[in-house]
Amino acid sequence: MSEFPNLVPALPELFMAGSALVLLLVGVFAKKDLTAGLSALAVFVMIVACALVPAAGAGHAVTFSGLFVVDGFTVFTKLMVLVAAAFALAMSVNWLRKERAERFEYPVLVLLATVGMMMMISANNMISLYLGLELQSLSLYVLAAFQRDNAKASEAGLKYFVLGSLASGMLLYGASLVYGFAGSIGFDDLAHAFAHGAPIGVVVGVVFILTAMAFKISAVPFHMWTPDVYEGAPTPVTSFFAVAPKVAAFSLLVRLLIGPFGELVQQWQQVVIFVSIASMLIGSFAAINQKNIKRLMAYSSIGHVGYALMGLAAGDEAGIRGVLIYLSIYLFMNVGTFAVILSMRHKGRAMENINDLAGLSKTHPAMALWMMVFMFSMAGVPPLAGFWGKFYVFMAAIDKGLITLAIIGVLTSVVGAFYYLRIIKIMYFDETVEVLDRGVGAGLGVIMALNALLILAFSFVPMPLISTAGAAAAALFRG
Amino acid sequence: MIQALVFYLFAAIAVAGGVMVISARNPVHAVLFLILTFFNAAGLFLLNGAEFLAMVLVVVYVGAVAVLFLFVVMLLDINYLKLREGFLQYLPTGGLIGLILLVELVMVYGGWKLSPEAPLSAVTRIPAASAMSNTDALGRLIYTHYIYLFQASGLILLVAMIGAILLTLRKREGVRKQSIYRQNSRTKASSVEIRKVQSGGGI
Amino acid sequence: MDAMLLEYLPILMFLGIAVAVAAVCIGGSWIVARQKPDREKLSAYECGFEAFDDARTKFEVRFYLVAILFIIFDLEVAFLFPWAVSLGKIGLYGFWSMLGFLAVLTVGFIYEWRKGALEWE
Repeated sequence: MSEFPNLVPALPELFMAGSALVLLLVGVFAKKDLTAGLSALAVFVMIVACALVPAAGAGHAVTFSGLFVVDGFTVFTKLMVLVAAAFALAMSVNWLRKERAERFEYPVLVLLATVGMMMMISANNMISLYLGLELQSLSLYVLAAFQRDNAKASEAGLKYFVLGSLASGMLLYGASLVYGFAGSIGFDDLAHAFAHGAPIGVVVGVVFILTAMAFKISAVPFHMWTPDVYEGAPTPVTSFFAVAPKVAAFSLLVRLLIGPFGELVQQWQQVVIFVSIASMLIGSFAAINQKNIKRLMAYSSIGHVGYALMGLAAGDEAGIRGVLIYLSIYLFMNVGTFAVILSMRHKGRAMENINDLAGLSKTHPAMALWMMVFMFSMAGVPPLAGFWGKFYVFMAAIDKGLITLAIIGVLTSVVGAFYYLRIIKIMYFDETVEVLDRGVGAGLGVIMALNALLILAFSFVPMPLISTAGAAAAALFRG
Repeated sequence: MIQALVFYLFAAIAVAGGVMVISARNPVHAVLFLILTFFNAAGLFLLNGAEFLAMVLVVVYVGAVAVLFLFVVMLLDINYLKLREGFLQYLPTGGLIGLILLVELVMVYGGWKLSPEAPLSAVTRIPAASAMSNTDALGRLIYTHYIYLFQASGLILLVAMIGAILLTLRKREGVRKQSIYRQNSRTKASSVEIRKVQSGGGI
Repeated sequence: MDAMLLEYLPILMFLGIAVAVAAVCIGGSWIVARQKPDREKLSAYECGFEAFDDARTKFEVRFYLVAILFIIFDLEVAFLFPWAVSLGKIGLYGFWSMLGFLAVLTVGFIYEWRKGALEWE
């Protein structure tokens, strides 16, 4: 018989899951549609969870019979996930109302997906990893397809589901191989199991797990679902997909490779380097010809994943710090850009082409200005935040002697800069074709401005973020 | 001896059934072969002493999942023969990839051995079958030791429920429904009206 | 282990007999009966007409919804078996653990009831 577990470390997750149940009941018993109100409540729940996360994760704690872990690293990545999810949800309400796609299940599913992501981040065992991943993925499959009368959205949901399940299958296969050859699935046990080298079965298992995780962070060569799903899914859902699940899966990947498989650096490093190079190349070259801005953002996110993986390839504390800095800057750039995409409407219709932004500087000067900040930052133009993100991963890679990787990174970011700068050119120098609607939502404008200002703040006062990320990375290595 | 024999019987049928699932021309036959595979997998579980898993496999997979597969096959109105036309065309490429994988597997097979610590580090050992039944052993762990996973699977089932309803439930307009509550709560006072009708006049 | 497997011997024998009887029935008729198939014999009989179209029609998606809701509760019940067997050992903690699980699914059940997913229009 077991003792009753210590619930404190899991308090934010419990609170969010409980709130999701309450919101579901409120929504189903309400006489009229409450999507907007429930979304606001769900955002509020996430804000409260943001306050709970640092309190619950002080120090290093393991609970639920070693299945669940919290430390400085989980606190940092959970906060990122919560912020990304809260922004995405806040941006959705307006869009859902305009498209007449209000379903009160939407905020509930976003909330449950976020719980899944936080469970992934806190996983300390292969089974808790898998269940967190499935809770997240299942909710996301449904979200991708929830506009069921839209053929493109249904296609996106189906593609995401089929390929995502394939990835989950690979994860399970890999985990079972690891279990069979190492005798344990607890991360703490695995971390000490390979001191005298690993049996080949474990290596094969690790490669399978890496494959599955590459699917989830959409790294090349397992990226092919990304453009279609990003384009087909409803735009607010895409804005959710583009950040929160990636941060969660990345955090999980980092914990797996540094923690339980930390002694197998030799084996996984080459895989990570290859995936990183391939992602950077595809992310920059394939994006050049895109006309649809959501597809462009998909390729852009593939490229960004490649850069972040560079920090992981370094595999030391500086590298992980670089990953965390990169991801947090990526979060704000992406949220801001999607706020712009969500405000692109012409005569009440949502617009998705890059050329629809033509002449934006004359019609919507403020929006164009914020978009310029995001694009310059994504391109990595100094001194904006995106540059610092790249700088820290490049430095970590060079310190580890991965010079080739860093050079490819620099070259691809030059190529990538081309299409980010093209958007700025279209906004500032092209003639207006169709004037975008005004007053699409004051909230979106506030979110854009907030994210742009945060990016500017990071650009000129980078130290707070860097030291926090450094502390989080150190917590991972101490644990 | 008989145990090994039964193992090979179940394993052979399971593999053959699996091959038939993907090669059967008629999708309904494929689902039936899938059921056969499930049964044999249950047999294999049983041989390993995992009684509960074997029974759940039969109840859940054969009883529910396979039936759902049949539904889905019948939901779709696809000309399956047309769907298979390209099948042979991909055979050379697919076969080549399969062959390469097989060669690789054989090559690494020599190096496959258990790490010496593996049996030692196993946290929870399977108790002897004579000491307690398999179901009992599972029950003592799932609800207390692994409560986190247990509740997490509850949440996953909830998401599945929400997802299924959100994606497939459609309300039809203009369907007359029987409301038993309203039917039963009608009283004589609310539904029968007595009027005096004058002879020769209408109501 | 062997003692446990021995308990399943009757089931194995039963399976064997079932397979044997089925094989004898089908094989016997295949060997003994005269078979002279032709095109007309093999075609579907539809009151003397040529068959109009495929006998298989599309099912409605509502069947799927009912089936998947059934699976979910089927899984829930599967969790109840080991709980019932070991309830005496796991005490109040295990009891409330199951009630928490059931509470989550009851919320789901209320949801589907209110949504009208259980009604057949």
